[in-house]
Amino acid sequence: MFVPCGSSAPPDFEGFTLLLPAVSVGNVGQLAVDLVIFTLDMPKVGYFYTDCLVPMVGNNPYATAEENSTELSINAEVYSLPSKKLVVLQIRSPFVNNKYRSFCQTLLSWVKSSRCAKVILLSSSHAYQCDDQQLHGTPLRYLFSPAIQKTAGELMQRLNWKEMEKVAAYPGVNDTEMVLRIPGGGITTLLFSERLISDGALSWSLISSCIHPKNVYLLTQ
Amino acid sequence: PYCTTCVLIHCLFCLHLTYLFLFLYAREVHILWFSKLSASTGSFTDEQFPCSKFILAIGHNSVAFLSSFVLNSGCWEAAGSVKLWNEWCRTSNTTSVLPTDAFCLFYKLISDPTVLLCQCNCYVAEDQQFQWLEKVFGCMREEDLQVTILSTCPVTDYKTPESTLTLPSPFLKALKTKDFKETTCCPLLEQPNIVQGLPAAVLSYCQVWQIPAVLYQCYTDVISLDTVTIEAFKPVLSSKNLKSLVKVKLNFKDKWKVLSLLILECLRV
Repeated sequence: MFVPCGSSAPPDFEGFTLLLPAVSVGNVGQLAVDLVIFTLDMPKVGYFYTDCLVPMVGNNPYATAEENSTELSINAEVYSLPSKKLVVLQIRSPFVNNKYRSFCQTLLSWVKSSRCAKVILLSSSHAYQCDDQQLHGTPLRYLFSPAIQKTAGELMQRLNWKEMEKVAAYPGVNDTEMVLRIPGGGITTLLFSERLISDGALSWSLISSCIHPKNVYLLTQ
Repeated sequence: PYCTTCVLIHCLFCLHLTYLFLFLYAREVHILWFSKLSASTGSFTDEQFPCSKFILAIGHNSVAFLSSFVLNSGCWEAAGSVKLWNEWCRTSNTTSVLPTDAFCLFYKLISDPTVLLCQCNCYVAEDQQFQWLEKVFGCMREEDLQVTILSTCPVTDYKTPESTLTLPSPFLKALKTKDFKETTCCPLLEQPNIVQGLPAAVLSYCQVWQIPAVLYQCYTDVISLDTVTIEAFKPVLSSKNLKSLVKVKLNFKDKWKVLSLLILECLRV
């Protein structure tokens, strides 16, 4: 559940774009989100308090001076920049055993209740799963929900980005049935399952193919 | 053969459900309060009890520190216990425990029952930590509650640009919530170091629900019960929460007597 910082009124995220990472290989999404929060100097507006993530605490990872270095950070926090209509959820720890489905449900419930207009999920996948074609060109891939297919499709064509390829469900046995597989991508596939896409809640996903955090640079361009 | 197969499948399904039920039930955290007396009526009640100070020791060295320097004053009585099971431990049912037993016991100060102390000498698994939190804090009616947590971890977990050979192990580091306004008894834990486990769960809860809380983490190079690690917590005795609880100023001879008794008990086991 979302718990706002302090005793002020809960912030209004209606019409905002929500950016969040999938806890995935190389922690690429999480590192990219760290860069976004630090670069835009986004203030913390609340916590995403849940029993689905392993607890962890530490001092402020975005500290720029002695004064703000002692602020405690927990495993899931929400940052917001109203001027850009951007809200960011940073997730800093893995899921408790068998709790990832519960987390997805809680997350989607919050997305709906906060009335965000768009959701961007940053994820990553194992590079060793690439086929020969995928090894050439950009390691970035995207996935859209049907709600945004039309509007964002033209933008993707202009940027020359590639859509995430589907793979055979039973390779070598039956190549007709194609499914979405994102090995190492954490909850990415679950969030893009049929049922969740049809809810219209998820609009984008950016998937980087990597095994090293150096590919975070590509994501932030 | 078709009926036999159906029966077999049905039996396997029932067995699976039974196993799942037992597994989920086995991982439940149960809190047993020995007596919950209402302050006004003097009768047993399920109401929340008022709590102004909650001191939590996690791990055998922290527990031994509180046993030696706080509980030793004799002004405390057992208030409750936690019953849990996981792959690493099963907590003891008794309050007469040895330092090497797995236990989680609560004590309250006789002169001020709003002061609660918890000795957690067992491993609380990841999937049990939230339950532990909700059940313990759910019993408290927070009245200007202040929380102090003591914990230890290996010095090999400490990240620093300096050489680990020159680190003055054991040493204390602190983390505090936004609402904790006092000065800590030691330096704060620097980035990129983090804290995990039950201490992190409790501190996260306090940060989210705006409860003043401080965690004192002792980084040590000894993983077993160790007097040097226990003594490293001594600066915490000057903190506001603990200062008033150490009624008897132990002299050097008394302190070593208490610690020696602890060591002898461990060797006996």
